[in-house]
Amino acid sequence: MIKLFSLKQQKKDGDTNSKSGPQKKASAAQLRIQRDINELNLPKTCTTDFPDPDDLLNFKLIICPDEGFYKGGRFVFNFRVGPNYPHEPPKVKCETQVYHPNIDLEGNVCLNILREDWKPVLTINSIVYGLQYLFLEPNPEDPLNKEAADVLQSNRRLFEHNVAKAMRGNYIGSTFFERCLK
Amino acid sequence: MEVNNSSVEHLPQLSKRFGHLRKITERPGPFCHANFSASPENLEFLSTTCKILIIGAGGLGCELLKDVALMGFNDIHVIDMDTIELSNLNRQFLFRKNDIGFSKAERAAAFINARVPTCHVTPHFCKIQDYGEEFYRQFHIIICGLDSVVARRWINGMVLSLVKYDDDGSIEQESVIPIIDGGTEGFKGNARIIIPGLSACIDCTLDLFPPQVTYPLCTLANTPRLPEHCIEYVRVIQWEKENPFKAPLDGDDPQHILWIYEKSLERASQFNISGLSYRLVQGVIKHIIPAVASTNAVIAAACATEAFKVATNCYEFLNNYMVFNDGDGIYTYTYAAERKPDCLACSNIPRSVSIEDPNTTTLEDLIKQLCEDQEFQMKSPGLTTLIDGKSKTLYMSTVKSIEERTKCNLTCSLGELGLKDGQEIMVADPTTPNTIIIKLKYNTNEVEMK
Ligand SMILES: [Zn+2]
Repeated sequence: MIKLFSLKQQKKDGDTNSKSGPQKKASAAQLRIQRDINELNLPKTCTTDFPDPDDLLNFKLIICPDEGFYKGGRFVFNFRVGPNYPHEPPKVKCETQVYHPNIDLEGNVCLNILREDWKPVLTINSIVYGLQYLFLEPNPEDPLNKEAADVLQSNRRLFEHNVAKAMRGNYIGSTFFERCLK
Repeated sequence: MEVNNSSVEHLPQLSKRFGHLRKITERPGPFCHANFSASPENLEFLSTTCKILIIGAGGLGCELLKDVALMGFNDIHVIDMDTIELSNLNRQFLFRKNDIGFSKAERAAAFINARVPTCHVTPHFCKIQDYGEEFYRQFHIIICGLDSVVARRWINGMVLSLVKYDDDGSIEQESVIPIIDGGTEGFKGNARIIIPGLSACIDCTLDLFPPQVTYPLCTLANTPRLPEHCIEYVRVIQWEKENPFKAPLDGDDPQHILWIYEKSLERASQFNISGLSYRLVQGVIKHIIPAVASTNAVIAAACATEAFKVATNCYEFLNNYMVFNDGDGIYTYTYAAERKPDCLACSNIPRSVSIEDPNTTTLEDLIKQLCEDQEFQMKSPGLTTLIDGKSKTLYMSTVKSIEERTKCNLTCSLGELGLKDGQEIMVADPTTPNTIIIKLKYNTNEVEMK
């Protein structure tokens, strides 16, 4: 066992009164997100946007699906990575209003790895792929937008029609969807 | 604040009060630690030199303060940002009814100072993040009685950042501040010692902290079955939608809790769910698990004993993690939590990179060096640093929007970028599993700042 301090030792340069010192070391969360970002391997349908390149904790992901119901659309997701990353997942919101069974009108996204199935070994890339998959295979079993889910389950053609209509900027039922074509 | 230096004059009184401690610290014995030398100097060190910080003045904190004050520590600091609430009084025994609404740190300090006159407790009514290295550097030992993972990771990172390394990468022992961390959850608790840089740290053992209970969003939205589902729905969805107080949710604001309670109740009755109470709402929002006073007492006692052992060297200290559970009988065991070789917090010893002349070496040269150097052999490093505590991205080639806005840095000299001798640069690269830290070492001392 090491002997941590000799008895006579006085701590040298402590200063109780100064509310001081800028942080000199990056936090574990910062180190981890830097790796995640540096190693982002985006599918060709996705791009990222960092409004402030010095801030790797807040950024946007833009998905432009090239197949499926949502082909031709452009969907923006906002990522907020907290100080407890990767112990806790980032907070992800969809900023584009979208007619989608797993995304509600406030932009909440029902994706298991964003909440109950998050694990610290997962990365930003895992989330990107998860989100992309939501556009290829909307899942009516786990609905956040129940009306959209019901339509998808009962009438795929109508669902397809509604998605296309919403993306052009239209009312579906009583909800107006802003145009989000690429 | 003036630190009380009069403790030495109290030594005669001390010797009587601390008779038992003297028996331990002034007599040798077969079970003593090899480094131990029996002497009155041991207690004197505790009472005159040793400076100890207690983080948190809540359930564990009150116990810890009482324990360390009675074990001969005299120069004690306590930090807590919270104020006293009625519901604290059953177990946070340093507080009385007329303390409600006041700072926990200040009232706890005042209580101990009045009760144990040889002892001087200095309160800090603020967040741990309000202080920097200068503050934390002054302590010999830090004891944590915290209830959040974020706060633990923060103090862990802070203490690790104080650890200094020689040029050959070995630790300078004087820079090491042991953390003794206590935690309780109902009938369960744990106490552990972290010797930063030498034993498992908080981040090495993050898996031990259970993740917060979360429910699938679609369950909350469509098929709630539990009262917790209703509360979470209101918290996650309705609060953001309606933003009733034009402010982020504050679990300590009774108005906020009441709003959530009422909305959750509506939702629960809509889905025929019973069992929703105001207390449950509070519990879910603040992630409260009912506190058991005796668990706090046991864990605090273990932590204080370890602090005593570390400070006096009288016995071997805990190696390094003790689990305690008295929910069903009493069960306890101790094991050595292992360091994670790739821990981001403690295994990241900065590697020196020597720079001939910071005024002529450009960022591009540095990146080239990282790619060509035998030791690094990187492929596409992304570099960031901290300048005045603020994160700055120097260059990152892999993300287009960042590359475009940082490529102008490539032709700047390190001096022009504001990078000083000893500056730490965080480097992420596909060839390393983690972001590594390099430390610039300038061979010329003169840096022309632009
Ligand atoms: Zn570690």
